[in-house]
Amino acid sequence: MNPDLRRERAAATFNPELITNLLDGSPEKTQRRREIENKILSDPDFQHEDYNFLTRSERYDVAIKKSAVMVKKMREFGIADPDEIMWFKNFVHRGRPEPLDLHLGMFLPTLLHQATAEQQERFFMPAWNLEITGTYAQTEMGHGTHLRGLETTATYDPKTQEFIMNSPTVTSIKWWPGGLGKTSNHAIVLAQLFTQGKCYGLHAFVVPIREMGTHKPLPGITVGDIGPKFGYEEMDNGYLKMDNYRIPRENMLMKYAQVKPDGTYVKPVSNKLTYGTMVFVRSYLVGEAARSLSKACTIAIRYSAVRHQSEIKPGEPEPQVLDFQTQQYKLFPILATAYAFQFVGKYMKDTYYRINESIGQGDLSELPELHALTAGLKAFTTWTANTGIEECRLACGGHGYSHCSGIPNIYVTFTPACTFEGENTVMMLQTARFLMKSYDQVQSGKLACGLVSYLNDLPSQRIQPQQVAAWPTVVDINDPDSLTEVYKLRAARLIDIAAKNLHTEMSCRKSKEVAWNLTSVDLVRATEAHCHYVVVKLFADKLQKIQDKAVHSVLRNLFLLYSLYGISQKAGDFLQGNIMTGSQITQVNQHILELLTAIRPNAVALVDAFDFKDMTLGSVLGRYDGNVYENLFEWAKKSPLNKTQVHESYHKYLKPLKSNL
Amino acid sequence: MGSRAHRVSLGDAWSGRVHPDIESERRWPAFDVERLTNLLDGGAQNTALRRKVETLVRDDPAFNLIHTHFMTQDEHFQAATQRLFLIQKLAKRMDWPDDSLEFQYIYRALSGDISLGVHSVAMNAIKSLGSEEQIAKWVPLCKTYQIIVSYAQTEMGHGTYLQGLETEATYDAATQEFVIHSPTMTATKWWPGDLGQAATHALVMAQLTCSGARWGMHAFMVPIRSLQDHTPLPGITVGDIGPKMGIEITDNGFLRLDHVRVPRENMLSRFTQVSPDGTYVRHGIAQVNYLPMVVTRVYMLRNIVLYGLQKACVIATRYSVIRRQSRIRPSDPEAKILDYQTQQQKLIFPLAMGYAFHFQVASIMDFFHRSYDAIRNKDMSLLPELHALTTGSKAMMTEFGAHGVELCRRACGGHGYSKLSGMPSLATYLLASCTYEGENTVLYLQVARFLVKNCRQAWEASDPASRKSLPQSVSYLTAARVDKCPAQTEAHFLHPELYMQAWAHVAARLLESSVHHLQMLVQAGADEHEAWNQTSVLLLQAAKAHCYYITVKNFKEALEKLEHGEPAVHRVLKRLCDLFALHGILADLGSFLYDGFLSAPQVNMLRTTYLDLLLQIRKDAILLTDAFDFTDQCLNSALGCYDGNVYERLFQWAQMSPNNNSQTQEKPAYTKYIRPLMQSRGSKL
Repeated sequence: MNPDLRRERAAATFNPELITNLLDGSPEKTQRRREIENKILSDPDFQHEDYNFLTRSERYDVAIKKSAVMVKKMREFGIADPDEIMWFKNFVHRGRPEPLDLHLGMFLPTLLHQATAEQQERFFMPAWNLEITGTYAQTEMGHGTHLRGLETTATYDPKTQEFIMNSPTVTSIKWWPGGLGKTSNHAIVLAQLFTQGKCYGLHAFVVPIREMGTHKPLPGITVGDIGPKFGYEEMDNGYLKMDNYRIPRENMLMKYAQVKPDGTYVKPVSNKLTYGTMVFVRSYLVGEAARSLSKACTIAIRYSAVRHQSEIKPGEPEPQVLDFQTQQYKLFPILATAYAFQFVGKYMKDTYYRINESIGQGDLSELPELHALTAGLKAFTTWTANTGIEECRLACGGHGYSHCSGIPNIYVTFTPACTFEGENTVMMLQTARFLMKSYDQVQSGKLACGLVSYLNDLPSQRIQPQQVAAWPTVVDINDPDSLTEVYKLRAARLIDIAAKNLHTEMSCRKSKEVAWNLTSVDLVRATEAHCHYVVVKLFADKLQKIQDKAVHSVLRNLFLLYSLYGISQKAGDFLQGNIMTGSQITQVNQHILELLTAIRPNAVALVDAFDFKDMTLGSVLGRYDGNVYENLFEWAKKSPLNKTQVHESYHKYLKPLKSNL
Repeated sequence: MGSRAHRVSLGDAWSGRVHPDIESERRWPAFDVERLTNLLDGGAQNTALRRKVETLVRDDPAFNLIHTHFMTQDEHFQAATQRLFLIQKLAKRMDWPDDSLEFQYIYRALSGDISLGVHSVAMNAIKSLGSEEQIAKWVPLCKTYQIIVSYAQTEMGHGTYLQGLETEATYDAATQEFVIHSPTMTATKWWPGDLGQAATHALVMAQLTCSGARWGMHAFMVPIRSLQDHTPLPGITVGDIGPKMGIEITDNGFLRLDHVRVPRENMLSRFTQVSPDGTYVRHGIAQVNYLPMVVTRVYMLRNIVLYGLQKACVIATRYSVIRRQSRIRPSDPEAKILDYQTQQQKLIFPLAMGYAFHFQVASIMDFFHRSYDAIRNKDMSLLPELHALTTGSKAMMTEFGAHGVELCRRACGGHGYSKLSGMPSLATYLLASCTYEGENTVLYLQVARFLVKNCRQAWEASDPASRKSLPQSVSYLTAARVDKCPAQTEAHFLHPELYMQAWAHVAARLLESSVHHLQMLVQAGADEHEAWNQTSVLLLQAAKAHCYYITVKNFKEALEKLEHGEPAVHRVLKRLCDLFALHGILADLGSFLYDGFLSAPQVNMLRTTYLDLLLQIRKDAILLTDAFDFTDQCLNSALGCYDGNVYERLFQWAQMSPNNNSQTQEKPAYTKYIRPLMQSRGSKL
């Protein structure tokens, strides 16, 4: 092991294993995760050449091969628990997408939730057995997050009892679904349902797209790959154009809404249920934000402990770059954020399962708030993580740009989370809508509950938002409760401002919608402040539950850094609202610098606690043993461009260049 | 429109009709786009020349860049090398003089997708650091590609901190040779472009030892590959460093030297010499070795950062008037996404940056041309300021530019993730620029050192005369300044004097408190180096505020020259300048509220002004991006073409994906894995 890293690990003041258990949920879970991990690590079926040296089509090849084996082995090993499935998949695919993602993650669950018993029989079992491989085709070339704008039509023909699936325009071509380009033979297609001359909105249809046996596109279907992307090379994101393509009536998923043979439309009982899936996916993305950020952090912090550069004092040996204040200032707030998001992700997952149980018992009351909250948190955490990953890459200097660092792959794999499953700005505005609703509700005398209950405390008689001098300015910057409180005040204030601006715009422009658009920058800002408060609060709550003293103390420093750094970055909000004074901000900034020093000795142990295997990190710079440079050289030698000493371009272009000029 | 045919992609079905949603944006221009284009080009004659060059490469299929989206690293490198070859032939046929505008324009037209970029960097380094004799010997060989030279500075273990480089050059007086050697693994030269496959020579930066003493970093011409068969020479280990996030056209390489001997004449000796007996002579200051980096930075800021950012703005803005999504009013059709305030907030700042940085680059170029010849003639007086200016601009422009391009990419929603949008490639170019040619944090701290040094002197000196001797770019820091912003209405925030004052105030305050913090730590017993490290977060903020001030100032001064001659153009650009300045204030509001410079009500006014500006600039957004006058060929984006036919083009381009080629379609993966998967029929599942 690299001596620097050995020294760092020996100097840690806490036992990283305890934090690993905390993050996994319990020591038993950690053990089980490692068991699965080791099984995969030692399985020759899952070994292959470094993705970085393969072409896109080779990568797809490797991924689909692994997926096939994975499904088989998962069942052999009896893995069915959702966490275990996720671990398994993540280890096999090393945190990367794979062609069966949509089949396993969307096609099967949608059948499970929305298919009738007869349809389960017809589709689910063959899909479970992978005779049918499916995808979920929602997004169109011209339409994404705004689902009502989708153009694909499904028109019912009572004469033949069929739906006519059609892509009427170029913009209506289904675009992006994973596994559609090459892998799937079926797709669940979201389309506008027309029957008896009326449009009933979006419904889901099971559409066969490729012939069983030959895998050739069926007549009336145009299907293919959408071409190269920033990342996701292993995934065959595809397009699908349907040309008045007929499917039997029974292929509409009819557990809720139905179309009778004569074309009569039967409404679903409740549409809140579809929220459930969205909540699940979004809370999963919050967890992904935490995981991706934690990985990037692990790489950057380990490398910063190994890398020596420049000088602090002349004549002394070059220091570890982690000893530079600016490097700590770059990385430690990200480390603190990674921990904060780990806890938020865990909270959301637990809440989802808790609420899911009450849904099972027919209680949907908590769904709207959760749905609203997850939208904003998904946006807040993915944006922050996106920026954080990139900062980790930059913190690795030039080598961060090489695929040997692993961070470019983490970045390009993660960054679509900002646009898929709901574009982030749109997500923020969804939560804003909920916040405005709660605000109005409080104004009209009804108490808000849950995480927005602080809106009840707004001094409702105030006219000018800045006349809030009455708010407490006694802030203890060492006290988690006090810090949670200032974030709460900031959120309350910005929501108050956004609501008032919205009302002002409404009173002078008449249209509510135009007013909404002209306030949307304020609304996003307010929602961000709300989400920031929620993250701080959940982190503070978690901190209280930690028993081990040493662990508590080190996580408390991270909590303080997370909260204070946020205040420092958004100092304008706290100053303008008289929540904090200039001299308090100075104290905050000073304390941040002290915390950097306090966290420094534990930095490596804190990333070790995330417990990523080298194979999952996929990074030469972030290796556990820290032997960076030797391995960097070995890695580069494998580059396809090094296969020959003299590259063919020399003979083709460079040599003629000098003789022809 | 005279220039339209010039802009659109020829040879595809849609260029004949312009999408009505983008047509309507151009129907009632508030200013003459062509005049603005001329202004950006530096005159109508330059615009004409640029378009002439662009026409030359437009029709040649060898210069069609669309296929680059589908290439492997190896194919990229080959194609870029082929383009270089074709350009050289073309230049010869057209008889273009060296360093002429034509070369600049053809590089722009081809998006810089041409190999051997570092060869020119190395050539510039020879011109900067070589004696007249050396220039006469090497430069013509470079120009005719008899030799290809890489500039080998960065090592595996050492980057921005040049004193830490480990490669050794030891003078052997007995043979009058230098022995160039890589003593450790970390000393391996790592990253130099053109080194992996192409170079025959490397200009190696190495620590010179002669007469028993070490003299710091110097440049040595080292032959690395045989001029006959291109194989590595004895003692040389050379190759490619492997796949990267982007910039596939460049063969970044590694180089290990095992006691390789080069003649004494191969050390570049404009400013330093080693005489045959090993005596070391220096003219000028040691920092002069940084000159090649300054030159590289200046060109890189224009060709990569500025153009990259501007192109991203063009693509994202055009796409945002074609893309309709959701409704603003329930009764309306779906709205252009550019009509959403949040989309404007995302895109208009990068657009303002695209203009701010244009004027910033122009100003640096100007300073550079004024000082470069003096420095080469060993007058070093302007070198520190030139170094500080280019360093600060490099850090700020790459940091903000990279951020701006990523913002534009994400503002294109899902399609921004497709390579066919052109955005991933622009993003990866800009992202790389944050760490190469100097890591940004280190560069900001260099600027801070320059500021601290100059201002400390000025503050400590009581007589005004010594203040006058301050470099012009920092003199504002010691001038008298206002402590409270005088704005009383929203409109006051549109006065350039007012926001300049605000930036000057914050930059000076941050610098003062850094200096104060430094002194405090030193008084408390820390040595000055430790104190510097413990103050570096503060210093970083001060340097950033200074760079922002300089950029606003350059923008403002450039506009003053237009006020009378070009009132319409002046009006639209002034809004961008206002927005640029105010956006920066809002982004770092705490610094302005902190000491009461701005009051809470003033911030509200400022915010209202800012939101109004978004709406006003929105109206001119398409024309402002048209004015950059990039050809469709050079944008190479299915989303960003002039005619706005986004979706048709996206669909057509996707068909070119090798994965959709019927020859190779799905067969291997299908037969190898998918079919067996499906045929396992649940027997084992």
